[in-house]
Amino acid sequence: MAPDLNPLQKEPDEPPDVASGLPPDDGAGKPESELVAQAKAGSSEAFEELVNRYERRIFRLAMRLTGNTEDAEDVLQETFLKAFEHLPDFRQDSRFYTWLVRIAVNEGLMKLRKRRSDRSEPLEDAVDDDGQVIPRDFRDWKPNPEQLTSQEEMERILLGAAAQLPPSLRTVFMLRDVEELSTEETAQALNLTLGAVKARLFRARFQLREELSKTFNRE
Amino acid sequence: MTCKEAFKQISAYLDGDLTEELKNILNEHICKCAHCKVVYDTTVKTVELYCDGKLFPMPQTISNRLHTALRRKFQDRRAV
Repeated sequence: MAPDLNPLQKEPDEPPDVASGLPPDDGAGKPESELVAQAKAGSSEAFEELVNRYERRIFRLAMRLTGNTEDAEDVLQETFLKAFEHLPDFRQDSRFYTWLVRIAVNEGLMKLRKRRSDRSEPLEDAVDDDGQVIPRDFRDWKPNPEQLTSQEEMERILLGAAAQLPPSLRTVFMLRDVEELSTEETAQALNLTLGAVKARLFRARFQLREELSKTFNRE
Repeated sequence: MTCKEAFKQISAYLDGDLTEELKNILNEHICKCAHCKVVYDTTVKTVELYCDGKLFPMPQTISNRLHTALRRKFQDRRAV
């Protein structure tokens, strides 16, 4: 670690979608705002172009939230069908993608709640935003985790660790750290205060780290 | 700075929420504390692993079913 060299903070001119491997919104093709305006005016082709642009990212988010392909597909379909249905209500005061993410998170949380109620588990998580997380595992991850395992195995490990987190922490982590929504956007999407987003993100990061340490520090 | 205080500040540091003074104090602590350095490095790695855009690719069949469902919805809308 060195001052002013935070690896999670991107350079200002770095496109926001680098981590997803997709082109930025202002890359080739029509600007998002133009497509949204056309779709709102009734163009199904414009809406389908928006779907083509974001379906892979919404699917990945749904996988990380629900942890299985079947639920992720349901979340993906419901997200775009609801977006189409409610497009006239979209006031364009946020990015279209952020709006999609909010729908996807609500759909994902509904899936998780249903799964919990099916197992007669409590519907709400007992999350204390003032709660402390104290790291317990101080062994380094060597060699680099990516060198240890295949892509499929890595996916299994990451989903397994995320499943140990209550949905209230998992969603904050996925929106802030993976989808790179701002603290304000995340708070708005989840109806939380800024302080609650920060507190949950802190707990989510350290709990995931502890979970992954169980796998990656084995010698 | 104690280790307990350092843990609290690592997440704020990753969010860019620390003042220059706190950043320097945390940096100084991490440079000389092996445990906190591991916690910092592996927390950063945790986020990086989940952000890997190559993971969880969408199968083409799922995309096809989505587009079929949407086109049905488009047709229903036109029929109204």
